[in-house]
Amino acid sequence: MVEFDGVGLRYGPDAEVLRDISFNLQPGSFYFLTGASGAGKTSLLKMLYLAQRPSRGIVRLFGEDLVAMPRDRLPGFRRRIGVVFQDFRLIPHLSARDNIALPLRIAGVSEEDLAGPVSEMLSWIGLADRADAHPATLSGGEQQRVAIARAVIARPQLLVADEPTGNVDPDMAMRLLGLFEALNRLGTTVVVATHDIHLISRIENAQMMRLEKGRLSDPTGALRFPPANRV
Amino acid sequence: MLIPRVPVQHRRLLPDRRLSGPTPWVIAILMMLTLLAAAAGVGLARSADAIGSAIAGRVTVQIVTANPVTRAEQAAALRRAAAAQPFVLSARAVDRAELQATLGQWFGSDASGDGGGDPVLNSLPLPALVDIDFVGGDRSGHMAQLRALVAAEAPGARIIPHAEWLGPVARLIGSLAWIAAALVVLMTLASAAVVIMTARAALGTHYATIEMLHLIGATDRQITRLFQRRIAIDTAYGIALGTAVAAALLLLIGWQWAGITSGLAATASLGPTGWALLLALPLLAIALAALTARQTLLAALKKIL
Repeated sequence: MVEFDGVGLRYGPDAEVLRDISFNLQPGSFYFLTGASGAGKTSLLKMLYLAQRPSRGIVRLFGEDLVAMPRDRLPGFRRRIGVVFQDFRLIPHLSARDNIALPLRIAGVSEEDLAGPVSEMLSWIGLADRADAHPATLSGGEQQRVAIARAVIARPQLLVADEPTGNVDPDMAMRLLGLFEALNRLGTTVVVATHDIHLISRIENAQMMRLEKGRLSDPTGALRFPPANRV
Repeated sequence: MLIPRVPVQHRRLLPDRRLSGPTPWVIAILMMLTLLAAAAGVGLARSADAIGSAIAGRVTVQIVTANPVTRAEQAAALRRAAAAQPFVLSARAVDRAELQATLGQWFGSDASGDGGGDPVLNSLPLPALVDIDFVGGDRSGHMAQLRALVAAEAPGARIIPHAEWLGPVARLIGSLAWIAAALVVLMTLASAAVVIMTARAALGTHYATIEMLHLIGATDRQITRLFQRRIAIDTAYGIALGTAVAAALLLLIGWQWAGITSGLAATASLGPTGWALLLALPLLAIALAALTARQTLLAALKKIL
């Protein structure tokens, strides 16, 4: 699914923020990415959702080398990835419904075909009655739920989430985690960056990826050489 | 397509703030100035052409023999001899009454302008004039033959090519036409620069939206179509407004110009080709704006991963 081999990342002439990152994410697996602030979690996630190319090393996604891939092929890969941003990144002049429908519209799904899934998703996140509200009129938790709905509406093969439950109450956090779990059961590989220990303990069989000062901690080698029959 | 088709739901990705920025108004002003400069250029070019072709093959022979009878005889003989030459298209002796009418305007001698009743004007020893139009444009070859003819029929007469005294005026008008053309080019470049700045400003303003669209899999083409459509429509509004104002001004000037029936001014007109060019310019401007926006946007988007 995702393979990093000897990946390093630097911004400009500065020292590398990520060094010698090697792992192999198995299809249908669930991963928590943890680490102290500044450890490089966001930079690693950026490479996962194709917002950043590595400075060195090999990155393979869905079986293809992304480092040498021409730029015009990236959108096709991005449509297979769902992203939940820590700062939500909702488009402010679009309603909750239009924000959630965005990935489907970009992928060319017709209005008739997307209306049902979008309404269903709005109901699921408890915002059916606020479908036409704009982000500025939604609370932080509501915005986060819209951002998560947008990330999962197109049934991505890889879901990358950066602190996805940081602004919601514990009940909603559990519901959202349940959604990730459900997607994971359907075959989506999930990577969640979080500091929430309680969240981590809720998912059985989830694997930990711990970043320390730009390096991935993998004492057993399980991340780099995962068991073949893990799924 | 100049204004790309974008589904209604996709259009909402950009906030609806049509005509809120300065671009349509700046484009309107530039379009109006471009059309006025183009109209001036076309009118001046046609005037220069008309004057140039009118004077290129025309000379006036001025016979200044002192004896008025001999002068008239020489003029008549020269007119007949010249008219019989194959290199002469037409030869015409200018009537004394015509000369007096022209001079009378300057003397103020007669209200009717023919000067016929002015004793001072009647007493003036006016030269006899013969206007000759050459066949074709080989003036230098014809001049040598005409000199020989004049030497034989009216010795001492002066040959005055019209190009000698009207040529500088025609060249000046031609230069003004080129300056007008240069202004059209400069204002077109300025319009393109406005579109480039608008496109870049739009990218800057909506960078977060563009980044988000990229990350969920939008192609450069999809994003470009959104912005290209918006910029092309805004620009088209400006062009339409500028064209309407320019058309009103040109019609007003044309109406006033129609009252001028004499002199060099009468040679200036737009003609069907000129009007066609003026009508084509706004459409070309919309095409240029759309293409400029598209290329600017694509170039800028390529810098984003």
